[in-house]
Amino acid sequence: MADPRTIDIKDQPGFRTIAIICVGVLYVPILILMVFSFNTGSLVTRWEGVGLTWYGSALLNEEFHAAAENTLIISVSATIISTICATLAAIGMTRVKPWRGLSAAFMVINLPLMVPEIITAVATLSFFALIAGAFGLNFGIGNLILAHTVFCIPFAYMPIRARLEDMDLTLESAAADLYATPWHAFRRITLPLLVPGILSGAALAFIVSFDDFTITQLVAGPGQTTLPLYIWNQIRRPMTPEINAISTILLLVSILFVSVSFLIARRRSK
Amino acid sequence: MTNAVSQAALFEAKAARTASRRHRLLSMPALIIIGVFGVLPLLIICIYSFLAAAPYGGVQWKFSTDAYLNFLFQRDIFDDTLQFTPDFLIIYLRSFLFAVVTTVICLLLGFPTAYFMATRTPAQRNWWVLLITIPFWSNLLVRTLAIMFIIRDEGLINDVLMGLGVIEKPITMLYTNFAIQLGLLYSFLPFMILPLYASLEKLDFRLVEAANDLYATRRQVLWRVIIPLSLPGIIAGCLLVFIPALGAYVTPLILGGGIHLMIGDLIAQQFGSGRNWPLGCAQALILMAAVLVALYFYVRNTSGKIQHG
Repeated sequence: MADPRTIDIKDQPGFRTIAIICVGVLYVPILILMVFSFNTGSLVTRWEGVGLTWYGSALLNEEFHAAAENTLIISVSATIISTICATLAAIGMTRVKPWRGLSAAFMVINLPLMVPEIITAVATLSFFALIAGAFGLNFGIGNLILAHTVFCIPFAYMPIRARLEDMDLTLESAAADLYATPWHAFRRITLPLLVPGILSGAALAFIVSFDDFTITQLVAGPGQTTLPLYIWNQIRRPMTPEINAISTILLLVSILFVSVSFLIARRRSK
Repeated sequence: MTNAVSQAALFEAKAARTASRRHRLLSMPALIIIGVFGVLPLLIICIYSFLAAAPYGGVQWKFSTDAYLNFLFQRDIFDDTLQFTPDFLIIYLRSFLFAVVTTVICLLLGFPTAYFMATRTPAQRNWWVLLITIPFWSNLLVRTLAIMFIIRDEGLINDVLMGLGVIEKPITMLYTNFAIQLGLLYSFLPFMILPLYASLEKLDFRLVEAANDLYATRRQVLWRVIIPLSLPGIIAGCLLVFIPALGAYVTPLILGGGIHLMIGDLIAQQFGSGRNWPLGCAQALILMAAVLVALYFYVRNTSGKIQHG
């Protein structure tokens, strides 16, 4: 007998067509952009021949190198800081006896998800302008790392919290019964079980930082061009397929990290 | 005896207190970072919106309500009277309209898709979810660029249509309202599908069978059983599309070309060429107020729904 879910009384007429159209609409533009990155001609949308010309030109481009370096410095730092903070916060806030201020803490953690990006962007810009003006404080690229860490924390927090909620509590009490100190129980039981959640959260934090355009554009100082900003600068000049090549690289990085995060999360639920 | 019991209780209470203190301490790094670099900046723009603009960007520390007055009025240079200028208000209303149309069309396309996904076999479902998750997390700037390449004058659509001889001159689509609307739909469709799927996946399909056994037509099952049960998911999806669409920045920047503005560009402009930070802060806070109203309705509706379910 077939899986009960495939019995057709649940099917609604036309829904399959709409689903296929949706996936088509979502993928066709990206695929066209990717295909044209292999165009050897110098026009973004006229085909001349297959080749890696524009990947070569991108990889030799000094500005691209600088942007890639900035992007990696910012995303890797923001990912590390936000994942550590999110892990600690998830442990302190999940399945614990409610402490005073816990519900306010939830709101604070989720705040960056609620506020539209453009508002966060201008607020962060105003903040750094104020501390630069009032105290002469300027962290250079640290400004961007801090701004990114703020919106990375909730993304890293979600999968870690989900993992903690699914976890078998009896293992920890068993460890306690066997005279493990709380630290030992955490180090040897909780943390190893938490690793998939932490990795999944770190992958998401990395993607949102790596891809961020709005906040970076407003907060970045001179010489702090990241890859999305580099693409934006290219759009305003006469375009060559080099922009397709760089865009394709960015898309592939996202796809890689999403798939990794997705597979880790799937394995957990099986 | 009683002494020992109270000693034990005291010990336990103390242990609970240290545990709570430890939990609070663990949460502190995240809370401090978001508090200082996320919440404090929001308070700063509240203050900035009541200050006067400095001529080259930034603010002067002088109380002023000009930013809010400038939102609706313009001061006449000659006789210093206030004149009603609805320019900004129009941009807000346009953005609201864009966001509503985006939400409605995303729902009309996203609901059938999510339902179709939820009725597949578990193995197929995994693939469908991954297929929608990838665009969800892909770079918004690059995805918007992909749309731009297709609808440009010398883009794929015009090339194909002219090659087929359907049209002689390219149809101008880029830098129009149509381009922005298309870009918003394309950007936020996955934001609708995923929460809808999450709620439809949990749907008890025995209820559909029961309705079917009671001679309900497919359409009746859809409207009387499936849609009411998935209402929390529908509301969550609409909110996840509406809020970012209302504050969209990248889409109108690239597809509207600075001609057709939305709230997002308007705010950014005050911090760039406009050099009126207080006005930009006031505009951002008015947008924030609109978002809070949307969130309020969400909280009110979902808490009502949970009691039903």
